[in-house]
Amino acid sequence: MTSETFLFKQREWVALAILAALILLVLPATVDIFRLNLVGKYLTYAFVALGLVLCWGLGGILSLGQGIFFGLGGYCMAMFLKLEASTPEATKIQSTPGIPDFMDWNQVTELPFWWQPFHSFGFTLIAIVAVPTAFAYVIGAAMFKRRVGGVYFAIITQAVAAILTILIIGQQGYTGGVNGITDLRTLLGWDIRTDDAKFVLYFVNAVLLIGCLVLAQFVRVSKFGRLLVAMRDREDRVRFSGYDVSNFKIFVFCLAAAFSAVGGAMFTLQVGFMSPSFVGIVPSIEMVIFCAVGGRLSLFGAVYGALLVNFAKTSFSESFPELWLFAMGGLFIAVVMAFPFGLAGVIREHVEPALLKFTRSVALLRPGAAAAPSSSK
Amino acid sequence: MKDEPSKRLMPVTRRTLLAGIAAMPFLTTGVAPVMAADYPTAAVNATGLAVTDDTVKVGILHSVTGTMAISETGSVQAEKLAIEQINAMGGVLGRKIEFIQEDGASDWPTFAEKAKKLLVQDKTAAVFGCWTSASRKAVLPVFEQYNGMLYYPTFYEGLEESPNVIYTGQEATQQILAGIDWVVKEKGAKSFYLLGSDYIWPRTSNKIARKHIEKLGLEVVGEEYYPLGHTQFNSVINKIKLKKPDVIYAIVVGGSNVAFYKQLKAAGIDLSKEKPLLLTISVTEDEILGIGGENMAGAYAMMKYFQSLENDNNKQFVAEFKKMWGDNIVIGDVTQAAYLGPWLWKAAVEKAGSFDIDKVKAASPGIELTTAPEGYVKIHENHHLWSKARVGHAQLDGQYKVVYETTDLMEPNPFPEGYQ
Amino acid sequence: MIGDYTFGEFTSILAMQGFAGLSLFSVFVLMALGLAIIFGQMGVINMAHGEFMILGAYVTYLCSHLATEYVPVLFPVYFFAAMTLAFCASFGLGVLVEWGLIRHLYRRPLDTLLATWGLSLILQQVYRSVFGAREVGVTLPDWMMGSVALTDMIEIPINGLFVMGLTVLIAFAVYLMMARSTFGKQVRAVLQNRVMAGAVGIDTKRVDRMTFGLGCGIAGIAGSAFTMIGSTGPTAGQLYIVDTFLVVVFGGAGSLIGTIASAFTISQAQSAMEFFMSGSMAKVLTLLTVVGILMLRPQGLFTLNIRR
Repeated sequence: MTSETFLFKQREWVALAILAALILLVLPATVDIFRLNLVGKYLTYAFVALGLVLCWGLGGILSLGQGIFFGLGGYCMAMFLKLEASTPEATKIQSTPGIPDFMDWNQVTELPFWWQPFHSFGFTLIAIVAVPTAFAYVIGAAMFKRRVGGVYFAIITQAVAAILTILIIGQQGYTGGVNGITDLRTLLGWDIRTDDAKFVLYFVNAVLLIGCLVLAQFVRVSKFGRLLVAMRDREDRVRFSGYDVSNFKIFVFCLAAAFSAVGGAMFTLQVGFMSPSFVGIVPSIEMVIFCAVGGRLSLFGAVYGALLVNFAKTSFSESFPELWLFAMGGLFIAVVMAFPFGLAGVIREHVEPALLKFTRSVALLRPGAAAAPSSSK
Repeated sequence: MKDEPSKRLMPVTRRTLLAGIAAMPFLTTGVAPVMAADYPTAAVNATGLAVTDDTVKVGILHSVTGTMAISETGSVQAEKLAIEQINAMGGVLGRKIEFIQEDGASDWPTFAEKAKKLLVQDKTAAVFGCWTSASRKAVLPVFEQYNGMLYYPTFYEGLEESPNVIYTGQEATQQILAGIDWVVKEKGAKSFYLLGSDYIWPRTSNKIARKHIEKLGLEVVGEEYYPLGHTQFNSVINKIKLKKPDVIYAIVVGGSNVAFYKQLKAAGIDLSKEKPLLLTISVTEDEILGIGGENMAGAYAMMKYFQSLENDNNKQFVAEFKKMWGDNIVIGDVTQAAYLGPWLWKAAVEKAGSFDIDKVKAASPGIELTTAPEGYVKIHENHHLWSKARVGHAQLDGQYKVVYETTDLMEPNPFPEGYQ
Repeated sequence: MIGDYTFGEFTSILAMQGFAGLSLFSVFVLMALGLAIIFGQMGVINMAHGEFMILGAYVTYLCSHLATEYVPVLFPVYFFAAMTLAFCASFGLGVLVEWGLIRHLYRRPLDTLLATWGLSLILQQVYRSVFGAREVGVTLPDWMMGSVALTDMIEIPINGLFVMGLTVLIAFAVYLMMARSTFGKQVRAVLQNRVMAGAVGIDTKRVDRMTFGLGCGIAGIAGSAFTMIGSTGPTAGQLYIVDTFLVVVFGGAGSLIGTIASAFTISQAQSAMEFFMSGSMAKVLTLLTVVGILMLRPQGLFTLNIRR
């Protein structure tokens, strides 16, 4: 048995190679830039799904507010880009040139102080990860220290998502309101709207995603990951063994938030705007379904889940807009009722054994090949 | 992938085509049919748009799912009607219009995505679509980057002027100023209570209204915003009762409308007594369907178009519309503005003698339409329409009776001096 | 803030805002009672609760249509029939959903959340396909419109009073059923110890089904009452779901008194704040306070000690 290797098991190395080949080689080579940009957008949701695998699949903490962190990361990026696009020359038609257009429309005459630091790209990069993580820490610390979990946690994260959406929409002089922050043009002088830029951004996004996946895997196979699973299944016993369960929960929740935030920032870069419709309850629940479809225990499944559901959404809503909600609703129910472990579960339980049987029978035909690849459960 | 545009194109059947011709004698008489042969494809399409020897593709981009579907359905219907009528008359430069419909799903990024698809993949010569400001803001960079043509039907807040957009609805000053002047003059209004849903259009419109009211030396006694979808208006109704304004100036949108007017009536504010009088710019005949005529009767609305307008163009239009979409349907201001889109585009293409976006853009200012249901309209240099402002009085049957209209066309002024 | 108004005006404000809060309270209670039964007693998170409510609203809408078309004589009282039908429709659908979906998921509460969310999407699209995307209004009989003027300033809407009366009635009925009836005792027995309840001869599956159906049925009545003050559209249910969950959680799941108390607190707080600041900010502050208190006191206002 050669399955225990560094970080990934053998079959997971294969899976990683397939995934990397798919998103770094096959897709860029076969689809046009328009579709590739869409794929890039889907992949930004995969960041959120990765976080959910750790948080929900392993840790048993269902957050219905991942949109909060996706949105915060995206807004941090959007603020920087918007400031860059709002030079005094570009906005000279306004009554106060040099501030973002929506501020001018809302009679804000001065850039608010908390927008100021977003002139700096370095600060923005830090803020993209730090702001959502800090926010997650506050929520997590308040909840987990008091041993609030499960259903209650889900509902409260949902409420926080609702609050943030209303706040962003209500404070439109500072946030752009329902419209969001639109018309983003350049990143450090580099036009992000061109096809070339979209191509480059796609690769940046894909590489970041694989980086996050490897990091998530590192967490998963570490002692911490095992503790998470133990905690999910028997929280009391972990606590009685002397571990501080709440700290683990806070950490994994923060990590999931950080992943989501990176996804949000990449979303802003690739799509060119950010709006409150990614912060609220509906997108947050949709993000959970990406993870559930892929398989809540599988990091690879999360990426495929995000890709597949979004692809289905785009094509379905192009061909049968009326049927889309039926399909989506059916998907939710089917995944929960029939395939609780999603695509990854189906593959592990049905496809892999079949493959194994096939390779074994091939191996039997060839007496020389003794070491059949083994599936490790 | 799933790219089979032919499946989604709606062929104009012979029956509807004949019906269209029969129903529009006034449109077809005296016009010599334009033959495609007179305009070789290479000449009218130098930029690689989806134009063949006998067809041209355009896009329709509205929400047919999600919360905005309620409002946008009428626009889709109007645009399809206009396209069918144009085709029945022989099309544009001898080419039949084929439309590709995409669903924005009430989701702004989806709008941007679909707009890009319509421009980049489908190479449509024009797109008729969007409804909310948010969706327009989302697609605007796409249209500017890929050089497309958008015909936007909704009355909106102004503060925008893109060479790639023709705004067939009113910008805020066109909709508001004349109406306020009218209530001040005719009804002797002295104090106003401004109320709206919380987003940019109500806020900007209220800002313009407030400046105008203050310029007239009158008083705004309150200004209030509620989140979209809010359904409890008792607090603001109490405040209104306390402040006793002459006019409630309301820009509540969507589902909130129903709750607002029902609660207003339940709280004993009878709109038909005009004490206070209610003036709105957000309730068209479409919205009254949900609110109920009995809850709305007596209110005044400032629009440029009402279904009840008495002129031949409109009678024709209403009859055609009902024939295509059923007798129970009502037509609101935006629906009519959406109907203008394909016609204005046709006129601009014919004036330019080309489908090329830049030529259509250049040809657009000055385009006139005498067959518009709202009456004569003309495209201004700033890509908005010159149009009349009207005030309608809501009746029990859910229709408006026109009580006032400006004698002249109002000039569109998206960046009004002194109102910012 | 008092400075702008005279003392008399201020008392009127208090009275009217209090009343506005009460009508919000009725909506919350009607929505939350059903949810409290389902969530509190069964531990099932029903995200489709809003859609059950809308079903009731659409049934009422249909009834109002039928009444005006066929039996105009009965129009003034059609509402009572509509309400009964709304209850039956939502109850029936609830039982069906429990049978087809929920009973397979009792061991996985988080999964009921996802499955019922899926169900809510499907129901929304069904409503849209059947009734159209537009919002529909219900015509009310004349006696329900208008208001009672108490003083010059204070006017009480009749439909508001009606909804309030209904709320009290239903809350009382639910209380009686849960506290006094055999069915209520069975429900509580199953909640407290399923195995033992089964052992003493209670059909726990039937109790589950009836409880879920009952919760949905009350949502149906809520929807029916709701048509009087709000609108009915395919997505209207979604607007209330988070608020309602917060009400239930804030009150302490499992406690009906808690649910009513928390609905009262939240609605009065929101309506009081709405008078002094914008609607958006009032909502944000109310929700923030509730979430804040929940963080300090996660078990909610009232708690039952339950052995799980």
